[in-house]
Amino acid sequence: MTVMESKRNKRNSRTVAVNVLVHVILAILAVIWVMPIFWIVLTSFRAEPGAYTSTFLPQGYTLNNYVKLFTDRNVLNFPKMFTNTLIIAIVTCIISTFFVLSVAYSLSRMRFKFRKPYMNIAMILGLFPGFMTMVAQYFILKSMGLTEGSAIRFGLIIVYSACTGLGFQIAKGYFDTIPRSIDEAAVIDGATQWQVFTQITMPLAKPIVIYTILTSFIAPWVDFIFAKVLCRANADQYTVAIGLWNMLQKEYIYQWYTCFAAGAVVISIPIACLFLYLQRFYVEGMSGAVKG
Amino acid sequence: MATKVNEKITVANAIAKGDLWTRLSAAIMGAGMFGHQQIVKGIMVLACEVAFIFYMIASGISNLALLPSLGTQEQQKVWNEAKQIYEYTAGDNSQQILLYGVVTLFVIAAIILLWILQMKHSYKLQRKMEEGEHIPSFKEDIISLFNGNLHITLMSLPCLGILVFNIVPLVYMISMAFTSYSKEDEKLMLFDWNGLTQFQRVLNLNGNIGKQFWHVLGWTVVWAIFATFLNYILGMILAMVINRKDTKAKGFWRFCFVLSIAVPQFVSLMIMNIMLQPNGAVNVLLRNLGWIGASDSLPFWTNVTWARITIIVINLWVGIPYTLLQITGILQNIPNELYEAARMDGAGPVTIFFKITLPYMLFVTTPYLITSFVGNINNFNVIYLLSGGGPTYVGDTAGQTDLLVTWLYKLTIDQQYYNLGAVIGIITFVILTIITLVTYRNSASYKNEEAFM
Repeated sequence: MTVMESKRNKRNSRTVAVNVLVHVILAILAVIWVMPIFWIVLTSFRAEPGAYTSTFLPQGYTLNNYVKLFTDRNVLNFPKMFTNTLIIAIVTCIISTFFVLSVAYSLSRMRFKFRKPYMNIAMILGLFPGFMTMVAQYFILKSMGLTEGSAIRFGLIIVYSACTGLGFQIAKGYFDTIPRSIDEAAVIDGATQWQVFTQITMPLAKPIVIYTILTSFIAPWVDFIFAKVLCRANADQYTVAIGLWNMLQKEYIYQWYTCFAAGAVVISIPIACLFLYLQRFYVEGMSGAVKG
Repeated sequence: MATKVNEKITVANAIAKGDLWTRLSAAIMGAGMFGHQQIVKGIMVLACEVAFIFYMIASGISNLALLPSLGTQEQQKVWNEAKQIYEYTAGDNSQQILLYGVVTLFVIAAIILLWILQMKHSYKLQRKMEEGEHIPSFKEDIISLFNGNLHITLMSLPCLGILVFNIVPLVYMISMAFTSYSKEDEKLMLFDWNGLTQFQRVLNLNGNIGKQFWHVLGWTVVWAIFATFLNYILGMILAMVINRKDTKAKGFWRFCFVLSIAVPQFVSLMIMNIMLQPNGAVNVLLRNLGWIGASDSLPFWTNVTWARITIIVINLWVGIPYTLLQITGILQNIPNELYEAARMDGAGPVTIFFKITLPYMLFVTTPYLITSFVGNINNFNVIYLLSGGGPTYVGDTAGQTDLLVTWLYKLTIDQQYYNLGAVIGIITFVILTIITLVTYRNSASYKNEEAFM
């Protein structure tokens, strides 16, 4: 064996050792990251009742938690909460998609006096803590009579969609990347700005349109704090998020702990799928926005 | 031509040099349009003025009149002889008076704005007629709303939403900070302006509230720094490790980490909360493994230091995948020549990270860092769902892990100390504005836009 070869061997064994170490560390980290999700899925199938058990893994498995979640309408009416949230999410989705895309398109393509001030105002408003407006929004909705009974639903829709015009950044970043020469060509051919918006930019920006639709659809499913403030004790107006939160409160936790796990899994699966599908648009929007 | 006309369009000019119609529109809004061939528009503007006058007579004036005093009539118990019961007379509701007063002020501001616009517009129409230019008809105006003026069509509804459900509430809340609106001293129905009293109370180091404020502020800053920079650096290292040439199954590792943020955040935070309870899954696991005694449990949420560290660590669990997702693309954009040059000069991996990767990333992602710092200061979910701000000492309204936002929430929703909550909100805003401006102004990407190009 020559000196050269032994040196190369040494280096090779060192890279192998580093590679093994890297993969072991990644594996440990991945286990830490996935374990809570794995645990909640197992808990949702747990047969033993009660909140806290003395074993990490369930002793027996059952589907009853899911059955109870969707059939027990007496104490915590999960099916009702589910329909409530679905209705709110659909309407919110329509309104806020329109708002976000309109604002983003105007800021990206049109030039008007109010453009810069609008973007500055949006930035300043973003610095206020969200809860500052929450209390006042509640009072405003109350003076409009939208805080009692089934009107709460309208209140929630308004609150979720009214201010979405402030969240234009990602969509605007995407519109900015579409070459303006396409618009100009269309205008020369006699298209109005409205036609450019609906028939040229929208089809070209399909990914960001889908992104906007899905993110605004998800929002009502995952907000729990405003829904809690607005619904207060009106149990038949609860959304899914409040329902899940309630299941962990002292008075319910013993009966509903495993159902909470089941509910968490039921809500998470579609949202996780949407998220995994959407992440590339998110990444594109991010790097686009940074490139500015 | 058009620009020449535009230069002289001011309200002062409109009054000084306007013709009869233009001057008339100072009193009768829309008259200028009426007299200059834009009849429909003129009628619409006039209708706004009429509606405004009706509103002011019906409720606006009384709203404004009550605003300085915020109401004086207290709710009273009156003995009703006929029915032989006590009845409550409706007193003044200060909260409502304040809200309506603020709304009325906004309506007045809107009508003033409309007045200025229509004065200018009338004068412009007059000039156009004098120059013999074409005056757009109502139909042409409508068509232009879908063409050159499309932004007006698209933006008016979103702007209205923001105005009514963001700006008006903010002004309303800010004005609350200067009142005595609070459950303390039973000021929930009838309250008064009391100037800067609450600000003094919050900033005063010797008072109970003041002590809690500085305490919470300190923890908020510590938390935001840890949460932002630990996530950033560790996320970047993880991204680099996954992107290494020799790392196998890159997609799989990325999937494992991204999976944890695909689960809705409030769900995963609640799961973490119950897993770390005294009898939760983690303690059970440790007991079964024999690492702690059979009835022992680690005080994740009950000990202050434990709770703080737990929160920061769990936030890493939540945040690192986000960083991973966001900066993988940017990392790949770093010019390879930079690395090669550094390696030729004999730089090791650590030197390369601190001399090339980190400065480059900081340069590109400063705006992102500022946003996430602001987001962390206002990070309600993580604290509220994990520790609920606890542990809390007796007699305090703020727990030991409360941030300014969660304290604000507790003060307003739970305690109904609305004025204190509003003060905390304003102070948070001021702090954030200062931090944002200072860091942004000093950031490399602001000072020197082409450093890395």
